[in-house]
Parts: sequence; C-alpha cells; structure tokens
Amino acid sequence: MELAFKISTAMKDVPTHYCPGCTHGVVHRMVAEVLEELNIRERTVGVAPVGCAVLIYNYLNNDFMEAPHGRAPALATGAKRARPDLILYTYQGDGDLASIGFNEIFHAANRGEKITVIFINNGIYGMTGGQMAPTTLPEQVTTTSPDGRDVSQTGFPVAVSEALATQATPGFIVRCSVHDGLHQIQTKKLIRRAFQNQVDNRCFSLVEILSTCPTNWGLTPQQSLEHIRDNTLQHYKLGILKSPEEV
Amino acid sequence: MPRVLIRQERCKGCELCIYACPQHVLAISENINEKGYFFAEVADQPRCIGCRLCAVTCPDQVIQIGLNGVMVHYYDY
Amino acid sequence: MTKVLMKGNEALGEAAIRANCRNYFAYPITPQTEIAEYMVRRLPEVGGHFVQAESELGAVNMVYGAAAVGERVFTSSSSPGVALMSEAISYLAGSQLPAVLINIVRGGPGLGGILPAQSDYFMATKAGGHGDFRLLVLAPAGVQEAADLVMDAFDLADKYRNPVMIIGDGMIGQMMEPVEFREYNTPEGIDRSYANTGAKDRPPTIVKSLFLDPQQLENNNLELLAKYRLMEQHEIRFEEYAVTDKMDVLVVSYGMMARICKTAIDELNQEGHRVGIVRPITLFPFPSSAIYKAAARARKVIAIEMSTGQMVEDVRLAVRGRRAVQFYGRTGGIVPTPAEIRQQLLKLIK
Ligand SMILES: Cc1ncc(C[n+]2csc(CCOP(=O)(O)OP(=O)(O)O)c2C)c(N)n1
Ligand code: SF4
Ligand code: SF4
Ligand code: SF4
Repeated sequence: MELAFKISTAMKDVPTHYCPGCTHGVVHRMVAEVLEELNIRERTVGVAPVGCAVLIYNYLNNDFMEAPHGRAPALATGAKRARPDLILYTYQGDGDLASIGFNEIFHAANRGEKITVIFINNGIYGMTGGQMAPTTLPEQVTTTSPDGRDVSQTGFPVAVSEALATQATPGFIVRCSVHDGLHQIQTKKLIRRAFQNQVDNRCFSLVEILSTCPTNWGLTPQQSLEHIRDNTLQHYKLGILKSPEEV
Repeated sequence: MPRVLIRQERCKGCELCIYACPQHVLAISENINEKGYFFAEVADQPRCIGCRLCAVTCPDQVIQIGLNGVMVHYYDY
Repeated sequence: MTKVLMKGNEALGEAAIRANCRNYFAYPITPQTEIAEYMVRRLPEVGGHFVQAESELGAVNMVYGAAAVGERVFTSSSSPGVALMSEAISYLAGSQLPAVLINIVRGGPGLGGILPAQSDYFMATKAGGHGDFRLLVLAPAGVQEAADLVMDAFDLADKYRNPVMIIGDGMIGQMMEPVEFREYNTPEGIDRSYANTGAKDRPPTIVKSLFLDPQQLENNNLELLAKYRLMEQHEIRFEEYAVTDKMDVLVVSYGMMARICKTAIDELNQEGHRVGIVRPITLFPFPSSAIYKAAARARKVIAIEMSTGQMVEDVRLAVRGRRAVQFYGRTGGIVPTPAEIRQQLLKLIK
C-alpha cells in the first residue's frame, strides 16, 4: 500500500519522553519532515537547548550538539562560520531563547547569521516544572506566579520576534501556531521556508511557534490547543514579521 | 481508499487526533497499551477521507495514512 | 626562519594562525584586545573566520560550536571575561572538545584594574567552571615561549580532546620581543570522529555533556580523570634554573614573575649565594615532583607570585611538609622589581 503520510526517515523510530499531547513532538516531526524533503539531513547539524527539548538529539536523525542554557545561537554561529557548508539549526524554548538567551538570539539575528531557529513559545518553563517565563500571559497562573502573572511587577509577555524584526538587518522572522490543522500546515510550510533560506544562503530565519504545555498549564491536550486559540493569540499575533523579500 | 494505520504501542492517548478528525473516524480504545495509555483506534474506517489531519497533529508519530488508488489532496503537506 | 619583532598579543594571534587555526571569536577587553585587532586583519588573508561576539558568553559558545564541528578554534580574553566564559569552558571539558583559550590576566577581584597580575591561578587550575574537570594550563614567560606554547596548545587540545588555557599577564601581551615562528605541521591522524560534520553514511554524532544516568555521568567523569592522569604522566613542563645542591633558597615562580626572579637570582648568585628557581610551565599538570626534589636540595623555599598567594598552595602540597614554604607577592598590577625580590630573598638567606 502506498503511504499518503508516513513516518519521516529523519526521525529515529523511538518513543519520546514528552508528555502526552505536548506539541514539542509535532514540531520535531515537522522539522524532520523538512530535513527529509529538502534532502539536507546528511549535512545538517542541530543545536539542542536546555529545556524539555534537551533530548531532541535522541529523536531527530541528524548530528547534534548540546548548548548551555540559552546559548544555542552562539554555538550555531561558531559552527556555521567555521563550516558554512553545513546547515545549522537551533531548537529552543521560550525560557531558553527569550530569557537567559535573549542576548545571544538578538545578536545572532542582528548579525544576520545564516542559521535557522525553531523557537517554541509555550509561555512557561516546562522542564523545571511550570515556572513563569518572560512569555507567560498576564494573569496566567504558574508556580512562580501563583496568583497569576502580575504585569505591574513582572511586565508584559516578551515579544522576541517583534523585537528582532524591528532591526535593520534582513531576515525571515515569523510567528505561527500549531493549535489546529490549518495552522499546523502553515507552520510546516514556514519551517520549510526557514530551512530553504539557509540552503539558498539567504538570511537569518526564525520561526516562533505557539506551542502547548498541557502538563504545566493544567489543561488537557485539546484544552491547551483551545487555550492558544482563545487566549495566546490575543497577545501574540501570527504572521510574517519580516521577510528577506522586503529588503 | 484511504486507510488509517495506527501504531498502538506508540500512542500516548492524548486524543488530539480524535479532535482533529473532521469525519469522526477515530476513537479511544477501551484497552490500554503496554505503556498504560488508552490508545487511539479506528472506529469507522469507511468514513475516512484521507485528509491526513490526524497524522499531521499527532505528536508521537503514531499515525500513517495508507492509500489504495488515486487520491486528490487538497493541501500540500 | 627569521626573527620578527612582535608585540606579545600579536604573536599569540600569529602563532594560532601558523598552527592552522582558522576560527577566532572574541569580545574586547584590556589588556588583550590587540589579539582581536590583529586577527581581524590577518584571518581573512588565510580564509579564516572572526566574529566580534556580543559578550564573552557569546564568544566562548561560538568556540564551542566551531569545536563541535571539528575545527580548530580559539578565543582570548582577560580575567573578568574569562570568568564569564567559565560556563562554556565546563561544557567544552564535559563534552570533550578541543579548544584553546587565552587569558591575559589583569588584577581583580571585580573590575579590578588593567595592569598585570597572576590572580587567576585558582580560576585556571581549580575553578574554571562547575563540575569535575581540569584545563591543561600553559604559562609562558616571554613572547617567544608564548608563541611556541600556542602552537603546542592546539596539538595538546586535539591530543586530549580537552580545552587548553594559555595564561599570561598584561606584560606578555604588551611587550615587544623578537620571535621566531617555528615550522609547523598539524599532526597526522587527528581523530575527528566525534565531530558534527553531517550524518552522511554514518549514524549521527552527538556532542553533549548531559548524562542523566548517574552511572554514565560517573563514567564520563572517570574518562576525564583518566585523561588528566595521562597529562600528569606525559605533559608536565617546567624550567629549572640554577638549581644546585645545597641551595640557600629555592624559588618557585611562573610566567613573567619568574623572569624577574631570575634577574634577582643572577645577581645574588654572582655575589656567592646559592639561589635556584623552578618555573612551572604547565600549571596543570603541576610539576610537583620536580619541586619536591628541588626543595629537598634547598634550605628554604619561597613561592613568588603577583597575587596574595594562589600557586603557593600547590607548592606546599608538592613539598609535602618537607620544608616550610614562604610566600611573597604583590597585587593590584604592581610588578615587583628585581631589587624588591632580591631583598626578600636576602631576608631568607640570612
Ligand atoms: C544556567 C542554567 N540555569 C537554569 C537551568 C535550569 N533550567 C532548565 S530548563 C529551564 C527552563 C526551560 O524552559 P523553556 O526554555 O521554556 O523550555 P520548555 O521546557 O518549556 O520546553 C531552566 C530554567 C539550567 N539548566 N541552566
Ligand atoms: S512539561 Fe510541558 S513542555 Fe515539557 S514535555 Fe511536558 S507538556 Fe511538553
Ligand atoms: S485521514 Fe482525515 S478523515 Fe481519515 S482518520 Fe485521519 S483525520 Fe480522519
Ligand atoms: S494524536 Fe497520536 S498519540 Fe495522541 S491519541 Fe492520537 S495517535 Fe495517540
């Protein structure tokens, strides 16, 4: 029987450690599918974050290095500069990228490093058990904002993609979501473009993906997707924030 | 004819595929797999239109869609 | 090969290029910024890559990335910058990557000053980051030696798959001396099978220091330990000068400080005293047994450093209580003069 949808060969055939319904798995699979479709797996090097995706190298079937918390864009910079023929991508959570690693991502983007960044924004620190992230929504309850995020004390959710997009350096910066089929299909396309940009030696590319953390949000997987639709999207607008075609 | 192939042993029972399916083809089994999850299963195969949305949403590479004959796909994936 | 007159900082950079290193990432800090200024001109001539990083964290993590794809790479900084780098230095050691790090030490703590010091001995040899690891630490006492040691550092880093640190002080960085760059060939057969070069016709490589299973983590630590033991067997370097039987005083001192001590020692010995010096060139592995043996031939032992006393602790361990080890040091960027050292030594001789 022909397969209209098959398991990507860029994915190792092992179960993941992710909680049931966590969209980390969805994005992993999309990245793997893109590596396979663009036929670049054999020259691709990933940079793993610190966060729930720290073990991503157990799941994707390409070379990997593991970064200190937040530093993945710097590792990718060093690797890409030293070996421009390789395809470099980082896969980072919002604690990793938007908090401890803001400086690294900002300057990698501003230097226009020809790398691809997959940025998982689930609005919380998943791995450490559900603390507030810079991206946590106002009023959202986390273990370190037990009465809900108080914006008068902790500020509003950080919009990294907008911050990067305001800089003059050309780049491809988009925000998308995986909360339903339509958006999942769009996300996959944007991930493909983000890698294609690098294949074409074009520009820095970052795909911010609104994701879920059912476990620490205290919601079922399906409720979590609905939470993105009903709440997260109020604070984080989807779209192409910057594209190299503009410049 | 499309055919939904579910690797039950890999399913975590998150139910995302069930909500994603526009045709109510899938359901959660009354049995559990080795890992202790109530896994997804095909409840009504003939209703399946092969849209692949269940597979696109599955975080755990559980679902593949088989195909007999020609099939028009309304979206690239 | 001809000699060229070069500033220490530039010689460090040139030596790296001659050692076929093509990648350098750094963030400016006095007193070593000339290395970056030199490299930015020199690297493009040889097809190399330089990025002025956003911080020392950025710089050292770029080093980590380049090392992970199997390329020779180095960075340079000075004390506060190296402190910031300690995060990734630990990762480099844990994931067993070769890299060369240069610390042109300035006085601390805190922002301290910009003048020469040796106050980072602890940081280089004991506490360059978290976890159970060591750097191989080389301490040159002049521009020529600095250039030679940079070349050796790349080979040693590859041989042990471990970061190697060159530790100098602002004097080495700033002074001009004639240098002769020796003919250099990269050793054959360096094993790069660990590197991330693309999983073509082979399973993926994973460069990592995360071992959630305690037994695996202990195994990794034991692997590291085995390398450090090998370094102790094969890589200890030191210089003995005027070490004789029945010395009045044995001096232990490293780097430029040792050079100043030698001037004082020459004077004293011409006057009929018997003073010798052991100058550790590798700070890790430390030449303990050479110091032990030399100490046995001296009445008194003194460690002299530009710090309030850091290496002296290792000297005391090395002599194993056989002699009391005295200490003399200046800090803050004050470099003791030969006359000052001479006075200190005379006090001991009496
Ligand atoms: C230097 C450092 N500080 C803190 C931690 C602890 N830590 C591990 S993961 C994490 C947060 C990760 O959150 P995020 O990036 O949002 O990823 P998620 O787990 O949500 O996918 C933190 C703070 C660490 N490993 N290293
Ligand atoms: S803790 Fe949250 S982010 Fe981490 S695997 Fe579980 S659901 Fe996913
Ligand atoms: S392919 Fe479409 S119709 Fe068939 S089970 Fe999956 S989601 Fe339902
Ligand atoms: S989406 Fe995947 S893991 Fe979740 S229930 Fe369906 S088949 Fe199982």
